[in-house]
Amino acid sequence: MKILVCISNVPDTTTKVKFVDNNTKFDVTGVQWIINPWDELALTRALELKEASNGAIEKVTVANVGEIGSEPTIRKALAIGADDAIRINAKAEDAYFVAGQIAEVVKKDAYDIVFCGIESSDYNGFAVGGMLSEFLDIPSVSSVSGVEIENGNVKVYREIDGGKETLSTELPFVAIVQKGITINPRIPAMRGIMMARKKPLNVVEPVALDKLTEYSNYEMPPAKAACKMIDEENVKELVDLLQNEAKVL
Amino acid sequence: MNFEFTEEQIMIQQAARDYAQRECIKDVIERDTKAEFPTEHIKNLAELGFLGMLVDPKYDGGGMDTVAYVLAMEEISKIDSACAVVMSVNNSLVCYGIEEYGTDAQKDKYLKQLARGEKIGAFLLSEPEAGSDATSQRTTAVDKGDHYIINGTKNWITNANSGSVYLVIAQTHPDKKHKGINAFIVEKETKGISLGPHEDKMGMRSSDTHSVMFTDVKVPKENRIGEDGFGFKFAMKTLEGGRIGIAAQALGLASGALERAVQYAKERKAFGTEIINHQGLAFKLSDMAVKVENARNLCLKAAWLKDQGKPYGIASAMAKYYAAEIAMEVTTESVQIHGGYGYVKEYHVERLMRDAKLTQIYEGTSEIQQIIISRDLAK
Repeated sequence: MKILVCISNVPDTTTKVKFVDNNTKFDVTGVQWIINPWDELALTRALELKEASNGAIEKVTVANVGEIGSEPTIRKALAIGADDAIRINAKAEDAYFVAGQIAEVVKKDAYDIVFCGIESSDYNGFAVGGMLSEFLDIPSVSSVSGVEIENGNVKVYREIDGGKETLSTELPFVAIVQKGITINPRIPAMRGIMMARKKPLNVVEPVALDKLTEYSNYEMPPAKAACKMIDEENVKELVDLLQNEAKVL
Repeated sequence: MNFEFTEEQIMIQQAARDYAQRECIKDVIERDTKAEFPTEHIKNLAELGFLGMLVDPKYDGGGMDTVAYVLAMEEISKIDSACAVVMSVNNSLVCYGIEEYGTDAQKDKYLKQLARGEKIGAFLLSEPEAGSDATSQRTTAVDKGDHYIINGTKNWITNANSGSVYLVIAQTHPDKKHKGINAFIVEKETKGISLGPHEDKMGMRSSDTHSVMFTDVKVPKENRIGEDGFGFKFAMKTLEGGRIGIAAQALGLASGALERAVQYAKERKAFGTEIINHQGLAFKLSDMAVKVENARNLCLKAAWLKDQGKPYGIASAMAKYYAAEIAMEVTTESVQIHGGYGYVKEYHVERLMRDAKLTQIYEGTSEIQQIIISRDLAK
């Protein structure tokens, strides 16, 4: 059994976001890059499954669509414990392009489970996982908050309104994971950090594929307005403000 | 000159930060209040490889350089300097001492377990009447042919209770003064060793500190480190490297206090604006930032020299002296910026201030560092 974990290279979540070129491009100056937090949780869960599998899961591979600048992030994934990595040497243009490129990787080497984070913390598209399963014509489960493997059977858990859903699925499938898939992302140990450069990081060229999205403009959200305090006796005023000023009712 | 860190150094820095900010932070105030040793954290840090990160991988260490060690020590000390001191003593005094000067048999028997963090080491030099003046050791190690008999008392021993491998400095030939001193590896469970009560300290309360009494303690001759009379030189050489660890700890206390002060000053409002907009506090914060950066540069320079195999004794004395002094200043100013909140435990900075005081005292007081630096100037 083999697991593929798709990882995005995203700006650290504390980055101060700025735009350049008439607000058409994200300013990458001074940005610290990290593994997309959902992908890091997915990787951690994949490693936990491998460790508990008594050898049934032979390897965990990470795949990234990105240019050479994303290699430190990929090596961090190797330091955390992935066995090998594939970098598809192209700028991650949009979800369609990324999903299409990853699909080629999955087709070449039969992976049983493909983990994708539910979204990336930069563009928050929520799209790659679903598109990937369409490209491959295999099942996908979205908003996965738990994956268990018992005697080769996969159980998948989802948080749903008012409860929890348990599903089984045939392999291969795409697990689009949500927070909760594991408690915390794994911190790489010293030994893993030392080994990271010795593990295979295979660079493959992208297949020809159009991007479907063009970013025309970015806007910063308006600054948070000051908080208005309404006297607890004055419910009428509160309702009035919510209705006519905030326009949320 | 290159001020860039390597990818591995950055990963280690992040790993240390992630662990400290996610795990150590949870119980750091409670452990400080109750003076409880961070047993679980030390186990976890050992599994991550921090307890022996400087040791050669052939002895099960992390094989990392001293620059990475400084980065890790700073990050952990920002949150929890008690965890950091366990790491510092184990790495840069005990593991380093055995790796650098021990025999192959000593390395096989002790270094591997210490590097894996399965056992923790302690360094027993200070005595009730020999602190800064380490030459006047009263603890004796009498040569009995195939073994030594150790008698005496050691004071202020970090990891005395949690540790199980002691490096003990004792006098064998009093007539030869410091040239008669020896260093020994002694297992804590050896008959004749007893501990004094846990010291109730002002700061670093979660680190365990005791006096250790030796009564006719029999130590095999193969546990002596180096030639007969090498002990004083061993202690001084080992402390040279140890200073980098404590300097980085002081740096972490200062930078942790600075980060908290900046965050607070950006949020807290007074007279209609965030207090960082008041010049009196803004200038105070800028002075703190410059001091922290200076201390960081001194620590990294000493670490870099050590990694290059160049002499680093003076650089490490400067780093330790400066970082400890500014740790006291910056943590005190951080409490001041926090006002009343700074004086209560919930906001952490009062603890950083109490902890910082010890960095001016242990592993060579600030005044001893000044002696080392000034003697070099007088050459």
